Amino acid sequence: MGEVKVIGASLSIICCRIEWALKLKGVQYEYIQEDLRNKSPILLQCNPVHKKVPVLVHNEKPVAESLVILEYIDETWKENPLLPKDPFEKSTARFWARFVDEKFIPSAWAACCAQEHEQEKAVESAQELLGILDKLIEGKKFFGGETIGFLDLVVGSLPNWLKFMEELSGIKLFDAEKFPSFHEWATKFVEIPIIQEHIPMPEDLINYVNTAGLAKTILGSAAMANKK
Amino acid sequence: MAEVKLIATTDSLFCARIEWALKLKGVEYEFIEVDIRNKSPLLLKYNPVHKKVPVLVHHGKPIAESLVILEYIEETWKNNPLLPEDPYERSMARFWAQFAGDKCLWGAWEAAKLAEGEGKVKAIESTQESLAFLEKQIEGKKYFGGEQIGFLDLAVGGIPHSLSAMEEAGGVKLLDAERFPSLHKWAQNFIEVPVIKECIPPREQLLNYFNTSISYIRSLSVAKP
Repeated sequence: MGEVKVIGASLSIICCRIEWALKLKGVQYEYIQEDLRNKSPILLQCNPVHKKVPVLVHNEKPVAESLVILEYIDETWKENPLLPKDPFEKSTARFWARFVDEKFIPSAWAACCAQEHEQEKAVESAQELLGILDKLIEGKKFFGGETIGFLDLVVGSLPNWLKFMEELSGIKLFDAEKFPSFHEWATKFVEIPIIQEHIPMPEDLINYVNTAGLAKTILGSAAMANKK
Repeated sequence: MAEVKLIATTDSLFCARIEWALKLKGVEYEFIEVDIRNKSPLLLKYNPVHKKVPVLVHHGKPIAESLVILEYIEETWKNNPLLPEDPYERSMARFWAQFAGDKCLWGAWEAAKLAEGEGKVKAIESTQESLAFLEKQIEGKKYFGGEQIGFLDLAVGGIPHSLSAMEEAGGVKLLDAERFPSLHKWAQNFIEVPVIKECIPPREQLLNYFNTSISYIRSLSVAKP
């Protein structure tokens, strides 16, 4: 089916989505590790618009934006489909994927970086959204049903990311008692071999941030974004 | 295919996208206008997560988020396809549709709402950089979709029209005809297509909304100590 490359960063909570999808479909690919503080010519050439990872390059044609890439992968390699066949079920998966990226992640980020007087409200907002995810997975093995699906890949790295953000900021968001279904799904998901192979671990994220002296940058810049 | 309802307002380019798609595919639907400021019960019922329009309700099942709705329409009514068949071309349409909204529309809003100053200049520059990318996509083509109106035409469709009202309200020049001749020409042609013209938000309504919002936003920054 042609040559496949993934331009990514191993600690990225978004890039892993792509590797999981390719592995689940048995697609061979070459992984090109990017140093995001020193972006390579290949990244700038393949994603001149956003200059971000991940980028999938298939037969030398680049596709950027993780949700767009996931759909491309699903349409190109038909085995182990990620999205359901039914249009309504498909639209539900897409809706929730956008919810995660456009609402949940920014909200969790904001809660971890909020100034003291805004903290309570910000944490409440983020937990409200986490509650929605908890309800969504209630009684199900995977977000995709009996097998891993599109939404599982989108949400997959979040529990580890939340642990990392909580350790960095000292804010508690992901309470296992408050969100038992999400916790149960998260615990099982991270143990699946294919998933485990490519998931950023909280301790690795913390080590990287501390080594690179990025803690203040991360918390500081997000707090600035939150002030808009 | 029975019952199709669209919960929407007449002044939203996101809602217009959906009407255009349904009309292009010859799908009959009931337009249900709601007051988004007073969060009508219908909206709270069919889009409890975002409480926004548009929402498509098909056989009683709601679908929200305009680009998600467009994909649903495309997959449910197969005539007059909006997306190409080739997966790579499809991914390009999806990529640019998202880009147009995120960087061109919201970028323009940033530029329009700010009062004069360095921030405004930066926002204008950034938006125009984004418009330059879109310009390249339409260069030499009748529509983003090629010979026919496609997914990306519908996604970008209301943006130049909205930008023009934002420009007037915010005192900025963004979609410059000299700098973006292809985009400008496409926009002028697109808005004259009868099915498109029928559903485009009235410019006066947009202008009023932007004027009011911008005055309010700017008054807040003046009021700060």
